[in-house]
Amino acid sequence: MTDTAWIDAALTSARPQAVGALLRYFRNLDTAEEAFQNACLRALKSWPQNGPPRDPAAWLIMVGRNVAIDDIRRSRKQEALPEDAAISDLDDAEEQLAERLDGSHYRDDILRLLFICCHPDLPATQQIALALRIVSGLSVKQIARAFLVSEAAMEQRITRAKARVADASVPFETPGAVERTERLSAVAAMIYLIFNEGYSASGDTAEIRSPLCEEAIRLARLLLRLFQSEPEIMGLTALLLLQHARSAARFDVDGAVILLDDQDRLLWNKGLIAEGLALIDKAVRHRRSGPYQIQAAIAALHARAEKPEETDWTQIDLLYGALEIMQPSPVVTLNRAVAVSKVRGPQAALDMIEPLEARLSNYFHFFGVRGAFLMQLGRNDEARTAFDRAIALANTSAEAAHIRMHLDRLQRDSQPRGKKAK
Amino acid sequence: MLYAILCYHDEDTVGSWTKEQDAAVMTKLAVVQEKLAKQGRLGPVARLLPTTAATTVRKDDPPLVLDGPYAETKEQLLGFYVVDCKNLDEAVDVARELGAANPGGAYEIRPVGLLQSGSLEQ
Repeated sequence: MTDTAWIDAALTSARPQAVGALLRYFRNLDTAEEAFQNACLRALKSWPQNGPPRDPAAWLIMVGRNVAIDDIRRSRKQEALPEDAAISDLDDAEEQLAERLDGSHYRDDILRLLFICCHPDLPATQQIALALRIVSGLSVKQIARAFLVSEAAMEQRITRAKARVADASVPFETPGAVERTERLSAVAAMIYLIFNEGYSASGDTAEIRSPLCEEAIRLARLLLRLFQSEPEIMGLTALLLLQHARSAARFDVDGAVILLDDQDRLLWNKGLIAEGLALIDKAVRHRRSGPYQIQAAIAALHARAEKPEETDWTQIDLLYGALEIMQPSPVVTLNRAVAVSKVRGPQAALDMIEPLEARLSNYFHFFGVRGAFLMQLGRNDEARTAFDRAIALANTSAEAAHIRMHLDRLQRDSQPRGKKAK
Repeated sequence: MLYAILCYHDEDTVGSWTKEQDAAVMTKLAVVQEKLAKQGRLGPVARLLPTTAATTVRKDDPPLVLDGPYAETKEQLLGFYVVDCKNLDEAVDVARELGAANPGGAYEIRPVGLLQSGSLEQ
């Protein structure tokens, strides 16, 4: 890597810890961010000459804090400041600070920073944008691109979110055990949202949006390092890794969705799968199940099957059953029905989803799945009606294109035999 | 004399490499490895999964199983095993068995992401 590449990587990985600590000192997001930016500028000057500090985060916190305090003093006294010399000899200071950055402070600093972004008053899209800007340090331009909106619109969204967060009171004292657990679960949900924002992309935008998935994985890993014994955080991280592992196989060259059964499994990322499986394995030992772990276990069963026909659908059906009890939702039942169709056939699956229609009457996947079951049962006219409805409800062109493929197949099948042979 | 060369790096930094950056590093490393392999001097090479996937067995009595990597600095790395296990439970059992034979210290269990068997001449 070039000189600046290693510095960039070090600044990126130190960011959550450094901004989190600076926020604890200054109790103001803007001041903390500005202090971090200033520290980065000094790092770009100092590190290439002096080499990387032993603890980059501690260096950035110390320098950021000094510069910000100087700024505050200067604005009060309007006096000239001592130049860089005052902060050039940081060795001792760094050592002291590194000692003070004990595990618990460090954990709670980062958790607080993430938690601020999940403020319940903020709509999900603002939470995500704020986290990507503040915690991940992505530029407004990068975030706007991933969200497929203009830079100005994203700038405004982030500014609004920040203003709302600034008005809210965020507790700065060390959280108690219950509060810490609550924060952790809010933050996990937000990380999952970031991932979904990238994962639900259609084929033509998948590449632009995949940084969102990568960033979510980075944040999940960070959270897991801070909370090493939380099985649900292991589950969340595993789930994201296992889903992201399939990204290269999810769309065809025209950007149409390729379903799991039809994906080229050689394109799946084996490294991510290995890591995901290892994390599930670790989580299971805690015998404290949860929604992320179950979803990850389902993804793991798919990942373990080298061919679609080797998939353990019976186990997947059982896992969805457990998820239905834990987190009842028509969408979970719909997913379970797909497993049921493989284990007990399309009629049993269809019976299972019929009662859901009232609640899923505007849900693309409901009609796509229903159409597929009807088609398997040979009820082609009804299947066509369901597919038409699905196309009308499709969120992306890729979804619509996928359903049209089914319709084309129905069309072919219904033609006279003589013609079909051609 | 055989030498073990242990790889240390900041996993945050390595983890934030893009797929292309990671692949570029691996390609450059492969050149060095191939040279050694042709000379029959390269033993097994392993790339471990991140420490988030690690589990530690403290060889106390009874042994204590902890999530996460081995974090103490008062003991030193003295050796390692590569064992084929069906799952983490089995790996923990192996570590316990080894620990009973040699109490004190700890074993850190890390899943191996990539293993090449090497080409050592006997």
